[in-house]
Amino acid sequence: MMKQTIRQAFLKSIPVMAGYIVLGTGFGILMRNAGYGVAWAAAMSIFIYAGSMQYVGVGLLTGGASVITAILTTVMVNARHLFYSISMIDKYKNAGKYKPYMICALTDETYSLLCDGKAPDGVDANLYRFLVSLFNHSYWIAGSVIGSLLGAVLPFSTAGIEFSMTALFAASFTEQWLTAKDHVPALTGLLSTLLCLLLFGKEQFLIPAMLLITLVLTLLRRKEEAAQ
Amino acid sequence: MNSALLIAVMSIVTVLLRALPFAVFRKQTPPYISYLGKALPPAIIGMLVIYCLKDIAPAIHPYGFPELIAVACVVGVQCWKRKALISILTGTAVYMLLMQAVF
Repeated sequence: MMKQTIRQAFLKSIPVMAGYIVLGTGFGILMRNAGYGVAWAAAMSIFIYAGSMQYVGVGLLTGGASVITAILTTVMVNARHLFYSISMIDKYKNAGKYKPYMICALTDETYSLLCDGKAPDGVDANLYRFLVSLFNHSYWIAGSVIGSLLGAVLPFSTAGIEFSMTALFAASFTEQWLTAKDHVPALTGLLSTLLCLLLFGKEQFLIPAMLLITLVLTLLRRKEEAAQ
Repeated sequence: MNSALLIAVMSIVTVLLRALPFAVFRKQTPPYISYLGKALPPAIIGMLVIYCLKDIAPAIHPYGFPELIAVACVVGVQCWKRKALISILTGTAVYMLLMQAVF
């Protein structure tokens, strides 16, 4: 069972591998260009482990930001993680000793792999989720180290490979659509986000979109309850 | 030294954000939160899809065609094969081909 769990977790994590190595490499290159070597890049990828925050963080480091600025920026950029955690409370409930690490490693991509709450037959579900989190984390760290060491000297054109992240989310969305009976939450997500993108512009639409999604879903629940 | 402090601050705040809901609803999950736990995932994945496509500029070349064609491939292959890895590899390959050879 142990072997099967490791195998299934690795297979599940492969789609994230390409994306994380590419995005991690980009981060490593950015850090190197900002004058921070491989140990700094690795430390950030190990301890912060939040993609967009680390990209923003490079700017905070080079700009010599204050602690208050760092706190506020992190809260703004990572507020969406509150929502990921809320939807994993029940799924991570019985994870025991794995739980603290799984909470710390709940990134956008790990969330997208595990949020349906399913695990393959014949595996230890908690170990499986722990390993998916750990594999993803290791790809991210490996990417940062590679980027920092290799810099911009890559032997082939990888232009466009960053699309693997978009493809990951699109595949996950499609699969959830195909398995769900009720498509209202999925449509709520798409339409609320599009609306906020149009209203607030591409730099600031994420937080309003999350609030709008939560509001709409809350109102729908009220309506459902009233109907029952 | 200041850099190490900033990295520590960013790490701690990130961990706290991730851990907060688990800490607040440790004993029993209120029905409303359980409901959000079920309803949020498809909505948030939809949000992330839009987030990834936010840099498309419909008015200038290549008008977002590579992204839209590649996303259509991902959706199509996923409906057909139901294997995420195959859809992602196909979509990414199509996108790289379009970016490097067509547009």
